[in-house]
Order: sequence, then structure tokens, then C-alpha cells
Amino acid sequence: MPLELTTTRHNPGIDPLLHAWGWEIPVYLFIGGLVAGLMIIAGVRLLVAKPRERQAMVCCTLGPLVGLALLSLGMLALFMDLSHKLYVWRLYLSFEPTAPMSWGSYILLLVYPALLANALTHLPEAIPSLAKRFPVLLTISDYILARQRMVISIGVSNMLIGVALGVYTGVLISGLPARPLWNTSLLGPLFLFSGLSTAAALLHAILVISMKEEDRPAFADILLTSLARWSQGRGPDTSIAPILTRADNSFLTIELGLLMLFLIGLVTSTEVNAQAAALLLTGAYAAPFWVLVIGIGIITPLILQFLELQNRIRHTLAPAVLVLVGGLALRFILVFAGQESHWLRVVAGP
Amino acid sequence: MRYVMVIDTKRCVGCMDCVVACKTENNVPEGYNRDWITEEVRGKNPTLQMEIRSERCNHCDRPPCVYCCPTGASHIHEGGVVLVTHEKCIGCKACIAACPYDARFVHPEGYIDKCTFCIHRVEQGLKPACVSVCPTHCMHFGDLEDPQSEVARLLSSRAHHSLLPQTGCQPHVFYLT
Repeated sequence: MPLELTTTRHNPGIDPLLHAWGWEIPVYLFIGGLVAGLMIIAGVRLLVAKPRERQAMVCCTLGPLVGLALLSLGMLALFMDLSHKLYVWRLYLSFEPTAPMSWGSYILLLVYPALLANALTHLPEAIPSLAKRFPVLLTISDYILARQRMVISIGVSNMLIGVALGVYTGVLISGLPARPLWNTSLLGPLFLFSGLSTAAALLHAILVISMKEEDRPAFADILLTSLARWSQGRGPDTSIAPILTRADNSFLTIELGLLMLFLIGLVTSTEVNAQAAALLLTGAYAAPFWVLVIGIGIITPLILQFLELQNRIRHTLAPAVLVLVGGLALRFILVFAGQESHWLRVVAGP
Repeated sequence: MRYVMVIDTKRCVGCMDCVVACKTENNVPEGYNRDWITEEVRGKNPTLQMEIRSERCNHCDRPPCVYCCPTGASHIHEGGVVLVTHEKCIGCKACIAACPYDARFVHPEGYIDKCTFCIHRVEQGLKPACVSVCPTHCMHFGDLEDPQSEVARLLSSRAHHSLLPQTGCQPHVFYLT
């Protein structure tokens, strides 16, 4: 039955379509997922690294250091979004168990020391000049690496806090029942795996940029080598760039699968959810979603990395850059389209 | 005690006195509204149906705005009234995104603002400003848990509905039909 609603309300940021959150929140969610991925990879790498293993420095030190800087930028974006900025300290005067943002504010407090501890383990190898100027860094590194329990604690805590941070960035918006596009717990794992793929891409980029051509252990250093060594007792193999490329492909494939499940779940759910999914499938956000997120952010890097694995094309930075662009676009599109999805779009009743 | 508002859509003419009274009573800034008028037209000519409603925060029993507030600024006051403590609000806007009625907005001073059921008047024994000025007497306010109250009697004797009950928020502004 046709229905027409006319309202006298026109509150800024609310009408005609909700646009309370601007660019700050998508950027914060993107960086949060990226840092979560860096923490998980750093944690895994630390657990399997030999003390003073040069290859470990990219994941265990450069990654966390970049993560610390990025997270600060993300926190700045979050702060810029607040409309009552002088009261931000109120976040830490209470804990609200039903509020994802309250959980997040405390998780973020744990992220900094965990990342810093991981970075300190191999800092002298990563930045020798800094270690020469501040010998205490070498002392700290030696102290940590000489204690296996401490190494395991740092590695495991980075993995666990990383998972919590990655999932939190999804739960932050999936916990808002008024926006049908976000009403799925799949957003937690989706943002986690998107964060892992962007983190792997960023580490790849750091690796390529930071090392001389002849020293590059290739992308292989990062995750699957470590996992393989950890689980099967195999030694490190510096010539297995293809394995880490496969790791990135695995993250991208899982992310693609989760995105498909996310859309299928919405389309087959209630009418409000189906209409929310239509925003991405055929609506105003369909073109950027399919082109930027699926095409440029997932499918193209998957194909490029597949061809790299087949030795048909050269290894380049292109897939890493595309993955990062896709991850950022995913957050922007989901946050903006989600705000437009609404219960009132459905005509209820006879 | 459970405060509710009951609005008779058979009497409401959409004059917006309630809107003006609210803005005056609560110093609502220009360009913003804590309450507003919605005209809903259903059907096809010649069997059109129209309902005029004075809408505002529904002071839900299961308020998602309260559940997602990271500082406890949004809270449930005595009588089930959902309020925002301005000095605790950081302006994260999660509550705005959580409200299916889009009843909240960012006040120019930064905190999140919304209808309070004029709790400052109610606690003095007065009715909310919107209710007190309604020229058609279509708006009613009172304690639902008191079976002798006007709102309880109206809801037990008249057909009524609430807005978007399918969201599960359990809204507490009712519309007599």
C-alpha cells in the first residue's frame, strides 16, 4: 500500500537521511582494523622468531611502530568526531558493559603497551642507530628475549588484543539496532579479516620499501612461514615469498566469503534488511561497493598475487596498495550506507 | 511508576502548538526540534487515510541509545524517562545512530539533546509543556502503572499503536486510533 510521510522535523545531521558520522569514523575503523592485523601478525611472528632474527624485525618492530603512529592518527580522527570534546575524559570514569564504545576505549588502552612491548623486542635490529644512541634499548631487548615466558606473554597478548580490537571495530556499528545494514554479527569477523589483509599488505609495503633489494626476504617473512614453522617445526625459509603472498590471498578470500555471507544474510532476512542490502547491491552505493571494495580491493589483488605466484608477472607494490584502498573504501561505504538504511523505509501494515 | 504519553490521532490537527511550546520551554535552538509533526497518508485515491501525529523520543523500555552510551550519559530516570546528562556526554553520536526514531540531535553546544518529557515540570506536578498547551486536548500524560490514571484508562479502552514496535525497543508514546 502506498504510504507518504511528511515531517516538520529537519534536524541537522539527522534529516532527510542520517549523516551524523562523517569521514572520521570510517578512517578510525579502517586504522583500528589495520592496527589489529599488525598486532596479530606481530604476535604470531614474535612467538616463532629466533632471538635476534633479522627477518623478524619487520613484523615484530617496524609493524608495531607504524601501528603506534597509525593508532594515534586513528584516535585523533575519533577525537575530531566528538562534538563535546572537552568531556572526552568521561570515557574513563565509567565502564558500560552494554556499550561497545566503552569496551573499545579500554581495549585501546591495552593496545599501546602491547604494541610497544612487541616493538622493543627487536628494536636494536630494526633501527641500529637508535640503539647506539640509547643503549638501554639493547638492554631491554636482551632482557625480554632472554625470558621465554615474557616473549610468549607479549606475543599472545598482542594476538588476543589484536583480535579484540579487530572484532570491536565491527561490533561498534553492528550493535546499533536502528540501522538494518549493520544488524549482523558478521561485521566483527569481516572487519577483523579485512584488517588482517590490510595489515599484511602494509607490512609487505614496509618490507619492500625499508630493505635493500639484495636483503629482501620478500613478503614470505610475515605470516604463513611463521605459522608453518610453529605448527610443523620447519626452519625459516627466506625464499618463500609465494607462501606469504598466499597468506594475503587467504585473508582476501575469507574477507570475500564473509562479504558474500553478509549480503546473503541481509537479502534473505526481513524486508528492512533486504532493503538495506539493496543499497549495496543495486542502490546508491552499488557502484563504489562493487568497483572499489570487490573489484579493486579484493578481486584485482587476488588475481595479481595469483599471477605473481605463477611467476607470470613481477612482484610489485600494486596489490598491497589496492588492498589498502579497498579496506578504506569498505569502511566508508558501510558507515555511510548503514546510516541511510532505516526501518522507516518499509511500509508496515495493511 | 511508568510515565507514558498518549496522543489521540482523531483529535490532533497538526497545529504545531506542541512544537512551539517545547522550543519555548526548553530553549531548543533555532533549526532544531525535540518534537515534530508527522503526517502519514496511506492508500490510493479515493480510499486515502491520513494520520497526524505529534512525535518525539519514545522513552523506550529497552532503549538502544542507553545501551550503547559509553559514558552512562544516556540513562533511564525514575518513571522510565530516558535522559541525557550533558556533563557526561562526549558527543560520540552512537546514540543518534542507535535510535530508530531519529529523535536525538547534536545540540550546538556539543552534547546530545532530545525530549525529556519535561521532567523538570513533571517533578513539580505539572504536565509537559506540549501536553499543557494542546488546543484540542489530544495529548495526555501520566503514570501507566496507576490503573486510575487517564492514560491507563485511555489505553485500556481505545485502540492504539506505537511507532516501530518491531524494533523491540518497547516505545512508550502511544497513538489512539
